[in-house]
Amino acid sequence: MSWAGKILRVNLTAGTVTSEPLNMDWARDYIGSRGLGTKYLVEEVAATVDPLSADNKIIWATGPLTGTMASTGGRYTVITKGPLTGAIACSNSGGYWGAEFKMAGWDMVIFEGKSPKPVYLYVNDDVAELRDAAHLWGKSVWETEETLKKSLQDPLTRISSIGKAGENGVLFAAVVNDMHRAAGRSGVGAVMGSKNLKAIAVRGTKGVGNIRDPKAFMAAVKTAKKVLADNAVTGTGLPAMGTQVLMSVINEVGALPTRNHRDNQFEGAKDIGAEAMATPRKTDGKKHLVTNQACFGCTIACGRISKMDEGHFTIQNKPQYRGANGGLEYEAAWALGAANGVNDLEALQYANLLCNEEGIDPISFGATVGAVMELYDMGVLTKEQIGIDAKFGSAQTLAFLAEETVNGRGFGKEIGQGSKRLCAKYGHPELSMASKGQEFPAYDGRAIQGIGLAYATSNRGGCHLRGYTIASEVLGIPVKTDPLESEGKPDLVKAFQDATAAFDSSGLCIFTTFAWGLQDLAPQMQGACGEQYSIEELAKIGERIWNMEREFNNRAGFTSKDDSLPPRLTTPEGACKTGPAKGKFNELATMLPKYYAARGWDSEGRPTAATKARLGI
Amino acid sequence: MQKMLHINADKCTGCLQCEMACAFENYGTFATAKSRIKVFNFHHTGKKVPYTCTQCDEAWCLHACPVEAITVDKATGAKVVNEATCVGCKVCTIACPFGTINYVEETGKVQKCDLCEGSPACAEACPTGAITFIDANWTGLSKMEAWADKLGNQASAT
Repeated sequence: MSWAGKILRVNLTAGTVTSEPLNMDWARDYIGSRGLGTKYLVEEVAATVDPLSADNKIIWATGPLTGTMASTGGRYTVITKGPLTGAIACSNSGGYWGAEFKMAGWDMVIFEGKSPKPVYLYVNDDVAELRDAAHLWGKSVWETEETLKKSLQDPLTRISSIGKAGENGVLFAAVVNDMHRAAGRSGVGAVMGSKNLKAIAVRGTKGVGNIRDPKAFMAAVKTAKKVLADNAVTGTGLPAMGTQVLMSVINEVGALPTRNHRDNQFEGAKDIGAEAMATPRKTDGKKHLVTNQACFGCTIACGRISKMDEGHFTIQNKPQYRGANGGLEYEAAWALGAANGVNDLEALQYANLLCNEEGIDPISFGATVGAVMELYDMGVLTKEQIGIDAKFGSAQTLAFLAEETVNGRGFGKEIGQGSKRLCAKYGHPELSMASKGQEFPAYDGRAIQGIGLAYATSNRGGCHLRGYTIASEVLGIPVKTDPLESEGKPDLVKAFQDATAAFDSSGLCIFTTFAWGLQDLAPQMQGACGEQYSIEELAKIGERIWNMEREFNNRAGFTSKDDSLPPRLTTPEGACKTGPAKGKFNELATMLPKYYAARGWDSEGRPTAATKARLGI
Repeated sequence: MQKMLHINADKCTGCLQCEMACAFENYGTFATAKSRIKVFNFHHTGKKVPYTCTQCDEAWCLHACPVEAITVDKATGAKVVNEATCVGCKVCTIACPFGTINYVEETGKVQKCDLCEGSPACAEACPTGAITFIDANWTGLSKMEAWADKLGNQASAT
């Protein structure tokens, strides 16, 4: 057990909210969160649907371990067909919202149709109703949280909402909860906005109580927590330095994409990483970093809480950015910084705060700004078009474009369409550093072969969180592989992708896998849910989920041609210029057929009948 | 030796493992809303602060109770609510200067921290040592030790 056994179905067109039993057959086979939510989506929504139409649906899903004492058990996933890519979109968030929703007695909520006017969903245990959100429309995520908590007279209400970006259809708009935790990627916030759905406010007091074997579960949880505490990454590195610990590490191996992937090392990396955040500023003598912070149930606590320099040019006369606030995390620091050649830490945090405040994905935003700066450098775009000199490295430009994008003004509207559409419009589609239309995160696919293959084959487009082979190729977890070597990577990528799908579906955080493998997840799943969740069964479920997502994308019109990387990453002309990977480019053409073979797919990237039968699809 | 819950807010990450452990110990369910220890997250400073009953010697709640439902556990020093006696009048919730005794709608009784009969689940679950269960006479010992270390072990100027 440990599923609540109940889901909410909200028909926004009709304005109805109904309770229905969870499909326990699907729960058994797809676990929860990512896997189970996706199962509902692919069964109920045609793959060819227009993502921003009323026919698309959007699902908030928790896992069976969400809201339990399993470490990191606070995650939820937002699942829909994504507007940035046209592929399956599935974005995971921490904070406190997911556990609160589960503690209210629900596994997931499915939204269908489109509301005629702005609404929010209010959930207080068994009470679930749509309420008018006219007073919230046009407000930021932060204002929405504050307004709802005040009007509901309950400061412990947890809110998952969109800001102006989601309302305005920014194609990489995020869903944000607890001020600065986000289901960030693939534009799930734009789908929410397209349905006139502003927020979900939740109070859950019932708790999660139907653990199958409480004694066995608590023992497994205790053992697994010790593994996290004793591990150098999850026990020491992440709590002290956060994900930002990676900035110098990745730069040293020559895999920090810089200036829209023109370069693969950033001379300003030392100014924007963990060390810089912990060093007193020259201007006011204070450190940027204030403290670390955990999400619900997390015994790692990698989150960063920082305070900006009050004298910085970006926040003069803007007191709302002066207090302690979330960030910077590594991916955002890279995308807002190295990807644009900007080394002003304060400017990066300002842009990051705007991303949280109005709900956009800092990775896609930062990477798109990088493309704009390259087009400006080439003379394709002008100062008049952009509204500012857009030289690589300009903190002023980054801050200006962040403001324009989150507020839907001027050239920000074009940035809000993402790099694929923007680069195509101005005649240079090859400059969009993306797969399936979603921008790459902070690791260079030329210098790290496996992650390039993971980007090309990710079911939600360019992404590190679908198969984080960096763990093996750079950090040596669970075994060290050579990042420059493509041999063996197809199998490595598959193994990471399948295990990740299982972790994502349990309701736990993928960051545990710096220390845990499926052997650590299995006893917790067995204690909470059922004896059948062995290591082998979890790996098989992960593979089943991967193939289910793949089939949805294939039905949506994706083919093997879309398992691609831009020419800059795969040709000698674009090879790495410096560092240990100098001269390297991604050997995707060699790896992809081997990957298809490892997956049991045909040469077009379609799961064969035998594969589907083996996985029970 | 009497022991007490000692809170070092600087170590709290806001993970709420203590709240879940408290609810699980007392209600068999992971429900932070039912917890007798609460973590307050002050967003504008980044501070996370756990707070619960400190088991006053002359406890306002105990003295205020008209039916003597609150008694002292002689082994632990905890002020314990006897649910069978409690009439739910809530006078103790008014009397307590700290807000750490609270009414529970579902049971019609009040609840407060009872130190889990001498092995508090919250302290056991805390991953960072922000909540510890230590000798009540020497709650300052670790701070004294840190300063003593500075005095005795760090190289002096001479």
